[in-house]
Amino acid sequence: MPKIIVEIMPKQDLLDPQGKAVATSLHRAGKEEISAVRIGKRIELHFDREITDQDLEMAKDQASSFLSSDVIEDVVAITKED
Amino acid sequence: MKIGVITYPGTLDDRDAQRAIRLAGGTPVPLWHDDDDLKKVDAVVLPGGFSYGDYLRCGAIAAKAPATKEVIRLAKKGLPVLGICNGFQILVESHLLPGGLIRNEKQHFICRDQKLRVENNETSWTNLFEQDQEILIPLKNGEGGYIATDDTLKMLEAENRIAFRYVETNPNGSMNDIAGITNERGNVVGLMPHPEHAVEAGFGPDTPTAMRSGTDGLLFFESVLRMVVNS
Repeated sequence: MPKIIVEIMPKQDLLDPQGKAVATSLHRAGKEEISAVRIGKRIELHFDREITDQDLEMAKDQASSFLSSDVIEDVVAITKED
Repeated sequence: MKIGVITYPGTLDDRDAQRAIRLAGGTPVPLWHDDDDLKKVDAVVLPGGFSYGDYLRCGAIAAKAPATKEVIRLAKKGLPVLGICNGFQILVESHLLPGGLIRNEKQHFICRDQKLRVENNETSWTNLFEQDQEILIPLKNGEGGYIATDDTLKMLEAENRIAFRYVETNPNGSMNDIAGITNERGNVVGLMPHPEHAVEAGFGPDTPTAMRSGTDGLLFFESVLRMVVNS
């Protein structure tokens, strides 16, 4: 199914409590080589037809205006998958 | 004077807000998130809770609701709007107020009676307070840490747009101890603490005078009623 994938991460300088909790658990499991964990979001927009450049533009627009908040998050990637 | 209270899926404090309006002498009008008819109200309260399950980000989906779109349109023309807790998050997500709200610094949900200082007593919702008056209002949130860019913080400070600051304790790590802010015009106010839970003796926060006797929240609603009557 054609889809546009939007990936969002919390801003680097903000504390990511989920990532911190997961890192603590990994360390407890002996995976000391992992220095940090950060957790973001992957949002898939599905289409029942081929994705056009216009769709990508729309996704870009929605990614910055609605799917993420630029105060706390960064959109790190918008990709198309056929 | 009619003050609308919008109910979203997951709103908790709509009835308390309606009750506060009634105790202040106004007529509460229940409004529904999916209806863009605001029934010609003179002011609107966006109450606390967890609209749309707080999916995506707190307030993000509610900011796109038909009723909210109408609130945004009318707020830009001067309609008084108060956002409490989740309502504050909705105002931020609607871009009626700048900045954002993130998980409390220490990750815990906090529920306490919180001391605040009124930093701006010229807004639609604070005009009956004394400047710098200290008030006691219940606070209950998990994502109440106010953040903004340095430029936004400087602008808020310079333009006297910080409406309330936390006093004694900063419970959630909010930048500059910010508990609530206002827009340029002073008609839109958002804050994390809950004034609607401090409106009736016997049911408010404890004060040195007596248990549960705090009613500082009532002045928010009386302020807007006075302003609407005078305009």
